[in-house]
Amino acid sequence: MLLAPHMAQPAFVPPSSADFFFNPAFGNSILATKPVMLLLFSVILISGFFIVSARKAAVLPSRLQFSGELVYNFVRDGIGRDVIGEEFQRFVPFLFAIFTFVLTNNLFGVIPFMQFPTMSHIGFPVSITIFVYVVYHYVAIKKKGLGPYLKEMCFMPGVPKAVYVILAPVEFLTYFAVRPLTLAMRLFGNMFAGHLLLLLFTLGGEYMLKSALFVKFFAILSFGLAIGLSFFEMGIQCLQAYIFTLLAALYIAGALAEEH
Amino acid sequence: MKGTLSIVGFGLSTIGPGTATGLIFAAYINGVARQPEARSILQPIAFLGFALAEALAIFGLVLAFVLK
Repeated sequence: MLLAPHMAQPAFVPPSSADFFFNPAFGNSILATKPVMLLLFSVILISGFFIVSARKAAVLPSRLQFSGELVYNFVRDGIGRDVIGEEFQRFVPFLFAIFTFVLTNNLFGVIPFMQFPTMSHIGFPVSITIFVYVVYHYVAIKKKGLGPYLKEMCFMPGVPKAVYVILAPVEFLTYFAVRPLTLAMRLFGNMFAGHLLLLLFTLGGEYMLKSALFVKFFAILSFGLAIGLSFFEMGIQCLQAYIFTLLAALYIAGALAEEH
Repeated sequence: MKGTLSIVGFGLSTIGPGTATGLIFAAYINGVARQPEARSILQPIAFLGFALAEALAIFGLVLAFVLK
């Protein structure tokens, strides 16, 4: 009877997608729920940080200015210039906004007292993806015209004619359905899975703490794992922000590329 | 024992992407080991491939929760 709980304890309820919904903090509006408030807070945080860090710009940068420029340089050189090439300059603000926005909102997942990645609600990644979707199609249509763009998309040169029967619909679907779908789902899925994982280990630890003495030992293990995984999650969150921006840049680069 | 079969399906759906991610990073490490100066060129390609392969596992996860 070592493993049996000494009190009448209800069975463990594993975390589910229901744990991702919050009641409004005040009133009855969806705008007062935690994800939306975190989103608004992130906007204030990002704009505040970059306004303060860029206000007293000097040739010899202060620490604050340096850290702001570090992020900017990373997006401009590492993503913008390397991926888009010649015309990268006019897309840098767009990419920079996406990167900082996604990164901050992801990191909310491990910051104490917030501990909820905003992007684990599908609506937020979808709305950013709509921006990217509109931008890369608009850029391509403006540069090449609608007809040539569709032709280049579906009928890539150097392929036997019979293959086009399969290739053209696949390519068309890739541009109009698969790309936006995967872009949004990847970010959402990673944040959702990460948060669920942390929830599982913390809730499991809490449950085991209330159980018999022998089981209490495993609670330490569970909490330890939760802390370790938080650091792992931090890495994933940065990586996902990078990948999201990288893919946005790649799609834009593809839209700008001349026909080979 | 209780549970849903969808979670088993998610487990199965991770086999392919897991193997693919391993292969991608193996190739990346190989490339960098042979030619360290090619790192900056290979890095975005490796992460892009990783992101594309991983998307399938994420689909599996989302579907495991959607299909109860």
